[in-house]
Amino acid sequence: MKKSFSQKHLLGIKDLSRDDIELVFETADNFKTVINRPIKKVPSLRDVTVANIFFENSTRTKISFELAQKRLSADVVNFSASASSVSKGETLIDTVKNILSMKVDMVVMRHPSPGACVFLSKHIDASIINAGDGTNEHPTQALLDAYSIREKLGSVKGKKVAIIGDIMHSRVALSNIYCLQKLGAEVMVCGPTTLIPKHIGTLGVKVESDLIKALNWCDVANMLRIQLERQDIKYFPSLREYSMLYGLNKERLDSLKKDIVVMHPGPINRGVEITSDVADSIHSIILDQVENGVAIRMAVMFLLAGRN
Amino acid sequence: MSSKIILEKQQFSITIDRLCYELIERHDNFSNSALIGLQPRGTYFSQRVFKRLVEITSNKNILYGELDIAFYRDDFRRTQDDQIIPSKLDINFTVENKRIVLIDDVLFTGRTIRAALDALTDFGRPAKVELMVLIDRRFGRDLPIQPDYTGIAVDTRANDKVKVEWKENSKQDLALIVTN
Repeated sequence: MKKSFSQKHLLGIKDLSRDDIELVFETADNFKTVINRPIKKVPSLRDVTVANIFFENSTRTKISFELAQKRLSADVVNFSASASSVSKGETLIDTVKNILSMKVDMVVMRHPSPGACVFLSKHIDASIINAGDGTNEHPTQALLDAYSIREKLGSVKGKKVAIIGDIMHSRVALSNIYCLQKLGAEVMVCGPTTLIPKHIGTLGVKVESDLIKALNWCDVANMLRIQLERQDIKYFPSLREYSMLYGLNKERLDSLKKDIVVMHPGPINRGVEITSDVADSIHSIILDQVENGVAIRMAVMFLLAGRN
Repeated sequence: MSSKIILEKQQFSITIDRLCYELIERHDNFSNSALIGLQPRGTYFSQRVFKRLVEITSNKNILYGELDIAFYRDDFRRTQDDQIIPSKLDINFTVENKRIVLIDDVLFTGRTIRAALDALTDFGRPAKVELMVLIDRRFGRDLPIQPDYTGIAVDTRANDKVKVEWKENSKQDLALIVTN
């Protein structure tokens, strides 16, 4: 049977099938070759215009998407809410409809409200890629995380992945759980009980509050950032105490009987969830994740644009 | 629906042998040449040619690669057929200043070769590019592209289909014209 991508939009990993994810990975393999040769560009999307609409700050995701678009030869317009008419009271639908009336084919959106992309997809015709919606999902991050694990360890199936830190406020955690489970990995979440959602066990993940136990269990540790900007109340006494109990340092890494792979979606708060000597060590694949991010995003946009 | 056989059985190996000798005639010891098969379907043919060429010349240093053209196709977002999905790409040498032989199974409109030329030049600037095809469907060209090495040339109507089966992906080596 011929392969094809099942979705018109990429709203969340939740909607994807295992075949969709594998197809993104296979396509990303080709794009990884493309971005590592002298001419890093292909002409596929030369008749496609993409709008990057960011209602929240971003460094990596925004640059990564923009590079991916330019390497696919798409035309790109960038929009960030702080410098726009959103501050004059324009609604989300009005903003996007106005942008689309300028003949835009694809929208990449980051928004602080969970479900913003789903809402938008019901009102407009263009393909929408979710670049993070509040605490809900961040699908391209999960895809690049799983792709990096596949690249480093050969496959994702059967691997044990611990997601450690602020699970409650993390869209990366939720998307990663969906993605890794669809690919056959075992997932554990670990963090202070105040930062672990009460019913997360219903997703079929293990829950652990002891960092050392989690590290001893896993093949891969994905360290998340404490999202202070989303925390309206105090969830733990101090960053110092959090770092003592849940920070990954060289001493803890060396005390394990095996080598584990260390990941971080960025931005890193060095010295809080991870120390510099771990972040910059051979165990860390943090910069590989960033490189793979461009290939994964090229693959996603190529597949969405090429649907019939 | 009727079908007519163009090539079968040992005609395949006879044709491939002849094409190999034509290559040797023009490329001498292949010191500055490389063969590149086109994914997805041309690689069955290109692998055969490469294998046979190595047997005939006993030259283990002949360069061989496989090129995928999915990102360069001119019908992306325009075709009603199946979604365009890339295949594996494998070129472990520089094409800069090399004499490249592109190898595909069937030449019809020439659009695949146009895309392949674009894809190839994104890897560097070859000294020369030649084209080898197993089957040349004459009179069907949309673009000014002609083969340098031809297995067999056939005359077909636009609605006909030319199918090539290989032992590697099917039961037998067989090339046929299917008329609706």
